[in-house]
Amino acid sequence: MKDTWKLGEHEFTSRFILGSGKYSLPLIQAAVEDAGAQMVTLALRRAQANTENILDYIPEGVTLLPNTSGARNAEEAVRIARLSRACGCGDFVKVEIMRDTKYLLPDNYETAKATEILAKEGFLVMPYMFPDLNAARDLQNAGAVSVMPLGAPIGSNKGLCSKEFIQILIDEIDLPIIVDAGIGKPSQACEAMEMGAAAVMANTAIATAGDIPAMARAFKQAIEAGRTAYLSGLGRVMEKGASASSPLTGFLEA
Amino acid sequence: MRVNGKEETQGAGLTLEEYLKTKGYESNRVAVELNGEIVPRSHFSETVLRQEDALEIVSFVGGG
Repeated sequence: MKDTWKLGEHEFTSRFILGSGKYSLPLIQAAVEDAGAQMVTLALRRAQANTENILDYIPEGVTLLPNTSGARNAEEAVRIARLSRACGCGDFVKVEIMRDTKYLLPDNYETAKATEILAKEGFLVMPYMFPDLNAARDLQNAGAVSVMPLGAPIGSNKGLCSKEFIQILIDEIDLPIIVDAGIGKPSQACEAMEMGAAAVMANTAIATAGDIPAMARAFKQAIEAGRTAYLSGLGRVMEKGASASSPLTGFLEA
Repeated sequence: MRVNGKEETQGAGLTLEEYLKTKGYESNRVAVELNGEIVPRSHFSETVLRQEDALEIVSFVGGG
């Protein structure tokens, strides 16, 4: 059986959401292809005249996920989301709202407010959030189609610092949990998938790699490996002692 | 007019569609807010700009 997952009514096979920030347009195209990504994030900014547009470098059929970066409160996020939708690229939006400029941590309260407004307007809202179970429930009640908890501060490449709390969301929230932000290496993406995350989103890990398309490919493979491991059911961990893998009978005698 | 936060001497009297084209913006790649209200793309060619207007012209860039 095909292993698919859904955001609203949209079905996906790839579990790798790729960010497009901090690298060149031709490399974005290569990375999307090597990542096998079916969803790519974008940001909205004041337009520059006579410049190339990123949309010309994203392969056809890839679902666009505009973010609300730059928003400091719900009102600003709603404005950015509406303008993004007016660009004519679908109803998805990744709500990200930050009041704090040092650690760029998401404001869960403002995020829930924006999620509620946008979900009512028909957006498919994917909120970026600090992994807190109560906040995740608020986002679900507000109409989010997924929840995107951070592994570590944005762009830090520090990995799954919030692992225990992400696991709680995976276990308790009946929406796709997408680990977003902070994932720095394929092994960390793999671990998130082993935990039962629905998908992983990465940008800086790819954008700051030596070979961008190759790293996109490594992430793809790691995410697939972690997903297969999760579906297989991980072997048990012993608290103490050991358990021989080879038979304990039939030894040679001296 | 004010366009993306800057004073703009040209543009008044043109339609939004004409203004975007004159200035080198691809109208099928941008979204526009006119005095705080989004202008649907289908209205670009019938929206006439006035001296007192404030425009925000936005488009997608790379982001995470």
